[in-house]
Amino acid sequence: MNLQSVPLEYYLTLSAILFVIGAVGVLTRRNAIIIFMSIELMLNAVNLTLVAFSQFFGDPGGQIFVFFVMAVAAAEAAVGLAIVLALFRNKQTVYVDEVNIMKW
Amino acid sequence: MSVTVLLFGILAVVAVASGISTVMSRNPVASAMSLVLHFFTLAGIYLTLQAQFIAAVQVLVYAGAIMVLVVFMIMLLNVGREEQMRENPGYRTIIGTALGVMLAFQVGKTAFTDVAGRHVLPPGSAVTGTTEALGETLFKMYLFPFEAVSLLLLVAVVGAVILAKRKI
Repeated sequence: MNLQSVPLEYYLTLSAILFVIGAVGVLTRRNAIIIFMSIELMLNAVNLTLVAFSQFFGDPGGQIFVFFVMAVAAAEAAVGLAIVLALFRNKQTVYVDEVNIMKW
Repeated sequence: MSVTVLLFGILAVVAVASGISTVMSRNPVASAMSLVLHFFTLAGIYLTLQAQFIAAVQVLVYAGAIMVLVVFMIMLLNVGREEQMRENPGYRTIIGTALGVMLAFQVGKTAFTDVAGRHVLPPGSAVTGTTEALGETLFKMYLFPFEAVSLLLLVAVVGAVILAKRKI
């Protein structure tokens, strides 16, 4: 195998692997903060796809979108962690399987 | 093999390893530290794509701001090591294994097929990722979304305060 530059397919494959790792984290962990971090992993995997396509097609629009995704992720971090804090204050736990008051 | 390909390989391996360690680690602080490493390697991968601005913002926003918030929460709530979730094997294991095999097949197909005819980075790509080019696009074509994001951040700040405060 003799590569001169990294092809687009490798970036997309790496992104798919990282997204799956994040999805597994969301589905298997109990700690709300680690679930939150897994969501960040998935967001970053999608960002990698967007930047790769943006660079390979020479269109800056994809990177602008990544910029907005980062802003939304920052807002999500603030609100999500405030929810975890409120949860801990009310139920003394951060484990999502112990919080089932809204489950039917 | 050029330096970029070698760098991409190393960064990709570290990114996957730190991602797995984030998800698997029992200790939340170790998990957060792995995630910081993951964000730094992703910034490096953005640099191999010649997207300088996004790489810098990645380090500033994710590895800086968001991870400080997460580590602060872990310290504040003092959550210990978490025990294993109750095992309930069955159809979920089968579906999970099938999807895993599909992913492995796709990865193998990408890695071991012929290199010729692949998409390569076009020559003008170093210009697309600069702060100058992105700023030009952001403030000409996407000015309204940019202003809307500032409103979103304000709403998030107010929402976080209302959620986290004991008595308003």
